[in-house]
Amino acid sequence: MTSETADPLDTAVIAPAADPGFLQRYGASIEYILIPGAALAAALITFGGFVALFGKSPLDLYWYMYYGAFGTWFSWQNTLTRAAPLILTALCTALPAQLGMVIIGGEGALLIGALAATSAALALQSMPPLVVQLAMVVAGMAGGGLSIMLAGGLRHYRGVNETISSLLLVYIALAILNHLVEGAMRDPASLNKPSTREIGAANMIGSIPGTDVHWGLVFGLVAALAAYVLIYHTTFGFAARVAGGNIRAAKIVGLSVGQLILTICFLAGSCAGLAGMVEVAAVQGRTNANLAVGYGFTGILVAFLARQNPLAIIPVAILLGGIGASGGLLQRRLGLPDASVLVLQGIIFVFVLASDALYGRIGFLKGKS
Amino acid sequence: MDFGGISRRHLLQGGAALGLSAAAGLKPAFAAETTIGFIYVGSRDDYGYNQAHAQGAAALKKLPGLKVIEEEKVPETDAVEKTIESMINLDGATLLFPTSFGYYNPHMIKMANKYPKLHFEHCGGLWTDKDPKNAGSYFGYIDEAQYISGIVAGYTTKSGKLGFVAAKPIPQVLRNINAFTLGARLANPKATTQVIFTGDWSMPVKEAEATNSLIDQGVDVLTCHVDGPKTMVENAARRGAFVCGYHVNQSPLAPKAYLTGAEWNWEALYPKFVKMLAAGESIPNFYRGGLKEEIVKVSPYGEAVSDEAKKHADEIKAKFMADGYTIFKGPIKDNKGNTVIAAGTDRGQKDPELEKMDYLVEGVLGATS
Repeated sequence: MTSETADPLDTAVIAPAADPGFLQRYGASIEYILIPGAALAAALITFGGFVALFGKSPLDLYWYMYYGAFGTWFSWQNTLTRAAPLILTALCTALPAQLGMVIIGGEGALLIGALAATSAALALQSMPPLVVQLAMVVAGMAGGGLSIMLAGGLRHYRGVNETISSLLLVYIALAILNHLVEGAMRDPASLNKPSTREIGAANMIGSIPGTDVHWGLVFGLVAALAAYVLIYHTTFGFAARVAGGNIRAAKIVGLSVGQLILTICFLAGSCAGLAGMVEVAAVQGRTNANLAVGYGFTGILVAFLARQNPLAIIPVAILLGGIGASGGLLQRRLGLPDASVLVLQGIIFVFVLASDALYGRIGFLKGKS
Repeated sequence: MDFGGISRRHLLQGGAALGLSAAAGLKPAFAAETTIGFIYVGSRDDYGYNQAHAQGAAALKKLPGLKVIEEEKVPETDAVEKTIESMINLDGATLLFPTSFGYYNPHMIKMANKYPKLHFEHCGGLWTDKDPKNAGSYFGYIDEAQYISGIVAGYTTKSGKLGFVAAKPIPQVLRNINAFTLGARLANPKATTQVIFTGDWSMPVKEAEATNSLIDQGVDVLTCHVDGPKTMVENAARRGAFVCGYHVNQSPLAPKAYLTGAEWNWEALYPKFVKMLAAGESIPNFYRGGLKEEIVKVSPYGEAVSDEAKKHADEIKAKFMADGYTIFKGPIKDNKGNTVIAAGTDRGQKDPELEKMDYLVEGVLGATS
């Protein structure tokens, strides 16, 4: 996170010709683009080698990946549709990370959010669609937010490790979902696929006009921007980062750490809960076990690849959405198994994590040669 | 979008470019042949549900003028909508087989409405006249084959205790458990079937635990209804119990322990569908059948099956083939003592009441909830 700025005296003396002012000012920013970019390129080259071992041409691979993810307007829509829930679930990990907390329970918050949103819609069937939709947003965000706030509270008041508790809460959420969907909330007509009743076609939020990408993408973009402003341009965000840097120092300067933890965890969970609401209101139209497909877990990967930066989450989610979108084409054209997408995700993850060691160590970016 | 530029740049890459630019959307290249897309929810070599469909797809690959494309591990979310569209837009598919139950509503219905000129065939859904005309659902009365398995199991068991590893207490599964038990009690009126529900379609660890615990209780013949019977078959064979397979023929996994099994016969059905379309006929929107219609079949008997069992099983099979046999023939009591089918009532295979089955018949040990 902290890249050292170069010693001004040093640069002034040794490299006057290389526009030290520019590098000094933007070196750190360039690093944030250059290093992940290089890590991504290295991962793609490694994956190409892996594919070559199976006797497939890496050039074909890169072409199909590009074509399937970004090569046509359809491919773009496919990519963006897959990216939409990932932006929101990634925020569930990235926001608490500002406080130094590792929350990996986005999947559970998504499921609880979906259940809460569905319940709200089913309870308000006679209301106009806009009211129902607003109620779904509020219920979904509150449900998801409370579930992650629980993990934050356990951490703050009882000293329970938030990583473990948030993960275990995922299984509890899934059990609650299955219990309700197969029991109290089951639509008797859903014979072989236990599901809740449908929220009704009028209450669905539909797609962004002119595309078939659902509104979840816009929700995600707005949430990511809001999170960025909150963390980097408000005193609240500053306080959170201080507490994340050194919790004792934060207490000494009088910050209310408990309040920070609960608020941030609630906001984080409400993002994942909103993703759950969108899955119900834009995709499935009801709640059933199909909601638990791992968006919450992929979101953790996105957050770490984005180095927990809310803005960087957007391109990373689109990248992973694109990998998912092109995965089908790799199966169909190159005959690669589905698991190859996971292999690529894993390779990217390892390279990006390893590249962390490079920050502040690339000589020319410091203005030294 | 910016399509020409991509192709042009790609052409510069030489080599594979020629073939690829055809793939890049110049559809006439495929006009001569029909492209058929298969979508599986799990892996296509799971020795189970998905492999059964992949075997059907493999049968189509042998026919001239057909191009078969496949994609595995596609979740039951908007991902399947995107896979369908990707197959249509990027591969030119005109006939699609999304094979998992949860693909049907809303996903496949939505795509069928969006692409009214293409054909969609779904396994297991219940097509009604409210659904689009270019969509259809097909399924098999595999309980007929389970009934035959039950007869063989009833003759083979020494303890009189049979075991059934099941996913969820939904009508399709309950019907199989009941048919298996009724068949077994035809051979051995004292036989019982202990059922264990694992809670989901693919839970290998729970399936192994269930298998072991059934054998520990004295069960000596097992069968199952989960997506991949491999776990149950291998574990049971290792413990010295006999097995009846499901979905596909699992005898390669346990040559000595395998008695017989209830298999899908998609390799007979799919070529029929394609021939109907080629002849300009339409595939009936609601297509069902059993042994007689060659939608399901019974695995060849294993070496441990007695001549007496073979004779009885073959006799009943012949009656099914002649359309002269009813499994659910009153009086039938459930395992709580209530009469569920009154004396004198015959529930033939097409009876819609059977699609709503929510009970376990007398002789089954276990509960639906």
